[in-house]
Amino acid sequence: MTTPTGATTDGDTSRPGSTSDLADNATTDAPADAGFRGLSPGQLMWRRFLRDRTGVVSACVVLFFVAVAILAPLISMLYGKNPETHYGQEDVSLLTDSGLPTGPNGGMSGDFWFGLEPGLGRDVLTLLIYGIRTSLIIAVATSLLTTVIGVALGIAAGYLGGKTDYLIGRVIDVLMSFPSQIFLIATMPVVTGLLVAQDENPPGWLPFVAVTLVLSLLGWMGLARILRGISLSLREREFIEAAKVTGASPMRIIFKEILPNLWTPILVQSTLALPAFVTAEAGLSYLGVGVSEPTPDWGRMIADGANFLRTDVTFLLFPGLAMVVFVLAFNLLGDSVRDAFDPKTGR
Amino acid sequence: MLRFLVRRTLGALVILLIVSMVTYALFFAIPADPARLYCGKTCTPENLALIRHDMGFDHAWPVQYWNWLSTIFTGGTFNGVHCGAPCFGYSFDKKELVGGILLDRFPTTLSLTVGSAVVFLIFGIGTGMLAAHKQGKPADKIASGFSLLASSMQIYVAGPLALWALCYSTDLLALPTYVPITEDPLGWAGGLLVPWIVLSLIWTANYTRMTRSSMVEQLSEDYVRTARAKGMSGTSVFMRYAWRGAMGTIVTVFGIDLGVLLGGAIITETTFSLHGLGELAIHSFRDSDLSLLVGVTVVAATLIVFFNIIVDAAYALIDPRIRLA
Repeated sequence: MTTPTGATTDGDTSRPGSTSDLADNATTDAPADAGFRGLSPGQLMWRRFLRDRTGVVSACVVLFFVAVAILAPLISMLYGKNPETHYGQEDVSLLTDSGLPTGPNGGMSGDFWFGLEPGLGRDVLTLLIYGIRTSLIIAVATSLLTTVIGVALGIAAGYLGGKTDYLIGRVIDVLMSFPSQIFLIATMPVVTGLLVAQDENPPGWLPFVAVTLVLSLLGWMGLARILRGISLSLREREFIEAAKVTGASPMRIIFKEILPNLWTPILVQSTLALPAFVTAEAGLSYLGVGVSEPTPDWGRMIADGANFLRTDVTFLLFPGLAMVVFVLAFNLLGDSVRDAFDPKTGR
Repeated sequence: MLRFLVRRTLGALVILLIVSMVTYALFFAIPADPARLYCGKTCTPENLALIRHDMGFDHAWPVQYWNWLSTIFTGGTFNGVHCGAPCFGYSFDKKELVGGILLDRFPTTLSLTVGSAVVFLIFGIGTGMLAAHKQGKPADKIASGFSLLASSMQIYVAGPLALWALCYSTDLLALPTYVPITEDPLGWAGGLLVPWIVLSLIWTANYTRMTRSSMVEQLSEDYVRTARAKGMSGTSVFMRYAWRGAMGTIVTVFGIDLGVLLGGAIITETTFSLHGLGELAIHSFRDSDLSLLVGVTVVAATLIVFFNIIVDAAYALIDPRIRLA
């Protein structure tokens, strides 16, 4: 846990506006630390993060993807296409009889910047930008859900100990022994069946909720284990004992004494987990058990693209590259967030 | 050591019981009737009931689970095929014994895993150690940058791209197929070359990152500093002190990965159309083939649990501070 360097006696006399200059010119760590006098841990972390060029660039890339996802309707309006229309079938000159785009490079042209989807003839660019939405919504929801479960069970196991700890520990052991890919696939129809009656027309939100629930089911154990370990050691610390002696309730100790000490690992783990959920979601769709048509999805685009490998690689290239760039940026961001919180781990 | 192994094996058996039971329960929660699939177009209610009875689907799932469990030890006869203990049941879809299908598929997954594991262990650990040794120098920057890029690749992206680059557009390498090594060793290696390259690329990157970070961590430990202060040479501090400390993490992660990989890499096998355990799993699921699905799941879970025990035992051998109690 990062602790504030603390306001020393001469804390008030630090020269105004000179902290960053001092830090940049400093050749050793000591003067740099002196320059950070009186900053909160959050501010310290933020400054360290801003000085990490890789981190800032990858944060910009991630923000770009998020912005594209949010602005997807606006972008497609300006661009004049949407991901639902089967352009290739409306205009027969765009696709050949075998369903391939007539133009070179997957039908890339001034009208269809990233080309056309073989078969249905949808516009690849709008499919891609709407696909980010699918990915991000599921990954963010899964991260939030797994974080809540992981935090609750991790603290419960670590702080309460005894039978609770034993029970949660065994549940984690069993879940960790499940072959996760098989189980993700096998639980999908079960969760879907639980949410909606079979003969009912499935609503649009159903695949989103189902994939989120399935991924969360097997995604919370890592965080819970880490938090259990930390709360186990925190429990023995003096400030917790002091709180107990003064008569604080267990709820108060958990929320006011233990939880504030866990924000760093929680934030770092969630940032690192998010790209993993993006790839897991795409993996499910790739295997054909995730989000189904007509919702645009990267994993399914990649699977479709792989079917046309013999004739044209373009349709695989765009979703594939988008996926790699997105995951790479997110992984780099996660590393930078970790370094900013805990400078000792330096890469 | 013996006490540890006995205790862990018992624990593993309990876990396997739970895993197989959950698979059963899950299967019956899926809204589909497997018997209807085999009933054909002229399906009368009597026929359906008969098929259901033949397949053992006319009981509640706990009863069926119990039957499945006891058949492992007692054996049984399905459709006139005798199945001696240990018997994992009969696949009505494939009209074969589950144990036989599993044995038939396992060599593919094994070859896929072992071939790439050799490559990614050697290259991954080697590059990781080099990067840690040259920390901050260009060699480290190149190795770390490459591994970061490759570890952000997914098999479903890198696999099709490799197929396109190496097979479809250039004809450099053969399309992935599995030929038993006993029949044709060269054909075996040639047929699996593309999957090996793709798997090794991604996993090498992971192991480079892991080796580097645990080596860097070890190199900043007090005992390494003490060894240096005593005047030991850089090489022996690096190899005998830091490497030994870092090995624990690597062995742990490798053991867990090996268990997962051997249980069947569904996405890899689907991408390269290889008929291993992973591909079997997804097919048995699609065909609603319960006995096969449970068989694959139990084998995969057994491998995971088995390698976890091996890892813990190996850990104690590497690091004498850890006691198996």
